[in-house]
Amino acid sequence: MSKNINSMMLKRQSAEKRFRFYGQASLAIALIMLVVIISSMTYRSIPAFTNYGLNLSINLSKENIAQDNINYRRLIRDNISLLDSGCDDRKCRKEFLRLFSSGAAYELRDTIENDPSLIGKDFSKFILFSDDADLFYKFGIDNSLPESERRLNDREITWLNGFKELGLVEKRFSTNLFTNGDSREPEIAGVLGAVIGSLLTILITLIISFPIGVLSAIYLESFAPKNKLTDFIEVNINNLAAVPSIVFGLLGLALFINFFGMPRSAPLVGGCVLSLMTLPVIIIATRASLQSVPPSIREAALAVGASEMQVVFQHLLPAALPGILTGTIIGLARAFGESAPLLLIGMVAFVVDIPGSFTDPATALPVQVYLWADSPERAFVAKTSAATLVLIFLLIIINLAAVILRKKYQLKW
Amino acid sequence: MPNYHGLFVILSSLLPCIIFLIVFISIDGFIKGVIIQNHLPNSLILLGREEVDFSVSILRNNIHNLQSILSLEILSTDSANSLYNYYFFYRAGFLTLIICITTFLAYLAGKKLNVRFDARRNVEKILKFIFFVFSIVAVLTTFGIILSLIFETVRFFSQVSFSEFLFGIHWSPQTAIREGQVGSSGSFGAIPIFTGTLLITAISMLIAVPLGLYSAIYLSQYARPKVRNYFKPILEILAGIPTVVYGFFAALSVGPFIRSTGESLGLTVSTESALAAGLVMGIMIIPYVSSLSDDVMTAVPESLRDGSLALGATKSETIRKVIFPAALPGIVGAILLAISRAIGETMIVVMAAGLAANLTANPLSAVTTVTVQIVTLLVGDQEFDSPKTLAAFALGLVLFFITLVLNILAMVTVRKYRERYE
Repeated sequence: MSKNINSMMLKRQSAEKRFRFYGQASLAIALIMLVVIISSMTYRSIPAFTNYGLNLSINLSKENIAQDNINYRRLIRDNISLLDSGCDDRKCRKEFLRLFSSGAAYELRDTIENDPSLIGKDFSKFILFSDDADLFYKFGIDNSLPESERRLNDREITWLNGFKELGLVEKRFSTNLFTNGDSREPEIAGVLGAVIGSLLTILITLIISFPIGVLSAIYLESFAPKNKLTDFIEVNINNLAAVPSIVFGLLGLALFINFFGMPRSAPLVGGCVLSLMTLPVIIIATRASLQSVPPSIREAALAVGASEMQVVFQHLLPAALPGILTGTIIGLARAFGESAPLLLIGMVAFVVDIPGSFTDPATALPVQVYLWADSPERAFVAKTSAATLVLIFLLIIINLAAVILRKKYQLKW
Repeated sequence: MPNYHGLFVILSSLLPCIIFLIVFISIDGFIKGVIIQNHLPNSLILLGREEVDFSVSILRNNIHNLQSILSLEILSTDSANSLYNYYFFYRAGFLTLIICITTFLAYLAGKKLNVRFDARRNVEKILKFIFFVFSIVAVLTTFGIILSLIFETVRFFSQVSFSEFLFGIHWSPQTAIREGQVGSSGSFGAIPIFTGTLLITAISMLIAVPLGLYSAIYLSQYARPKVRNYFKPILEILAGIPTVVYGFFAALSVGPFIRSTGESLGLTVSTESALAAGLVMGIMIIPYVSSLSDDVMTAVPESLRDGSLALGATKSETIRKVIFPAALPGIVGAILLAISRAIGETMIVVMAAGLAANLTANPLSAVTTVTVQIVTLLVGDQEFDSPKTLAAFALGLVLFFITLVLNILAMVTVRKYRERYE
């Protein structure tokens, strides 16, 4: 009998241990996945932070041309041709030039325009390689593939090895990633345009959703009579918080763009759509933080003759403000990472220029990630990972602001 | 309190002015369109509606500047000048009108003020009304969504039959570019899309429900408070990562990994598979299941737990036989919300699940979902009357309706649960 009980107890205890282990394992799996995602993005993004280039000596002394009349493309081409390519036909020269970034001419123009004293001198300029050449230096090339299936042919590989032997090749930190807009060329594409587009969009979202959200929460919490209408509004807000984001995109397309005729691809429309999405988050957070203010404060204020409006704006709101701001920041962080509704209102356009106003065509950072992820060039894989890292980094900063705000200013009752 | 008197005058004059401005901004595009259309040369109007619409829209964007109207070379110099003048007078006229109305209202409000006038109460009444209007915005949004979806959906069903959409098993929304093209008609049977959505949702729930529930059980019942306070926010980071990052991760790492694993086992796996999208989505959804389940399990009254433990049950037996059943409605609510979230998730499936509308239950093949189709139908150039673009709105309506039902069910079950124990 006691043996039976003992074996039963053993079984129950091992069941207990198993159960506990399942819990720990699930938590561990979830956390490991988090680490895997972040670290795989980090690992894959490493190549995007550097670029290989060539220190090309530029001869400006030979050309006595006026400053405003330099053909930079030509200048680059001529100077590159001074490197020994051993070419004698046009096709070969073209191939040789293709190893260098097509953005080099613009960079040279900027350099010379910033420092006109360079005209008439010989100087050395760092010229970026094109993405294929860059990848060659970073990863080498798979020689087992037949030449026709490789991105670089044997002749190009010989040239690239030659540059290296001459000591002309240099690896530099890629500032392009942070200072440029989008581009078809991976080596000059950057996230700045998308980051600015995101910030403009979020600014609109904040301007629209913060006052409307906070004031309507105040109304519902402090002034609204308890009736069917306010009940309906409440259910509505709760439901709106769970509506798929893409549905807001459909609304934006049908209402803002097709009905009101607002411009496509503009941060203005993006901000409007995202603010409708953020609104319920702000309302719910504001109501929760108004509720957490003890009723004694309200009663005391009322007792000394404050009107309802004065109670709310002079007593409840200041006390609830840290909570409201935290909720708002969290809502904005969600809007910042959102891309699906922006796809529908045309913020997926290929935008090279950095947007300067709310009605300029723009993309947002998450949409940029989506666009780059779709690009066939292999170099864009690293760029995309780097862009996701920038996105995550910005989100961490935003959320950190919310945490600090809460820690520092939240009143304990 | 002179403050309130001043505020009263400001509110009662500026408020109508702002309302006018909002009305003005919303009909501005329409009025500009009418003015422009009256200036278009007859030769252009003869070219048909599309040409006219196109010219109107580019003129509308350049109407602020006479030079840029001229540089478009749609209008003759005379009619460009006249258009610009019309536009100028329309704008100036409206501005004067608003200023006049505002001054007049301010004058009226000022006359009302005297010693006996209770400005504070009046101001508060006006403010309350403004707040009420703001709280209506959320309701208006819902109505806006429903109306715009239904409006476009009705237009869709005037071109495609209702039963074909709901019960058809063939989806290829490409309409003909030229007459008589093979497969030109486009077919809109949405069953493969619905099954694809269900398949991916099912896979993601297979991941998220066990992992989320066990995590919640561990965090709420076993872990020390310190550990819980530490790990719960970390787990919630999973829900804070932008979905586009998950999508990229699924397309770049998980898809190829599944493909190579499957191939080494002798299976045919497409690069974009339901499994890849479902797995990654499941990971994203874990916190949606765990957070709410954690809350409801913590909220189960201590007395139930103590009673069970006092009878000699082990901790796991207490959890399985007492706490879990007690918390079940809340957990079901959490799962329903998670399902709704999975159905509406867009970026992961757009980037990792593919576009092919296969009617299959094989998780290793590419399937498509409602959200993917909405995105593909609406991104890029679109003509606004073709069934292809309208189909996206019909799918959107289905999506909205299903998630609405799930959300309301979840809300009701969670609320019932709260009423029982809290």
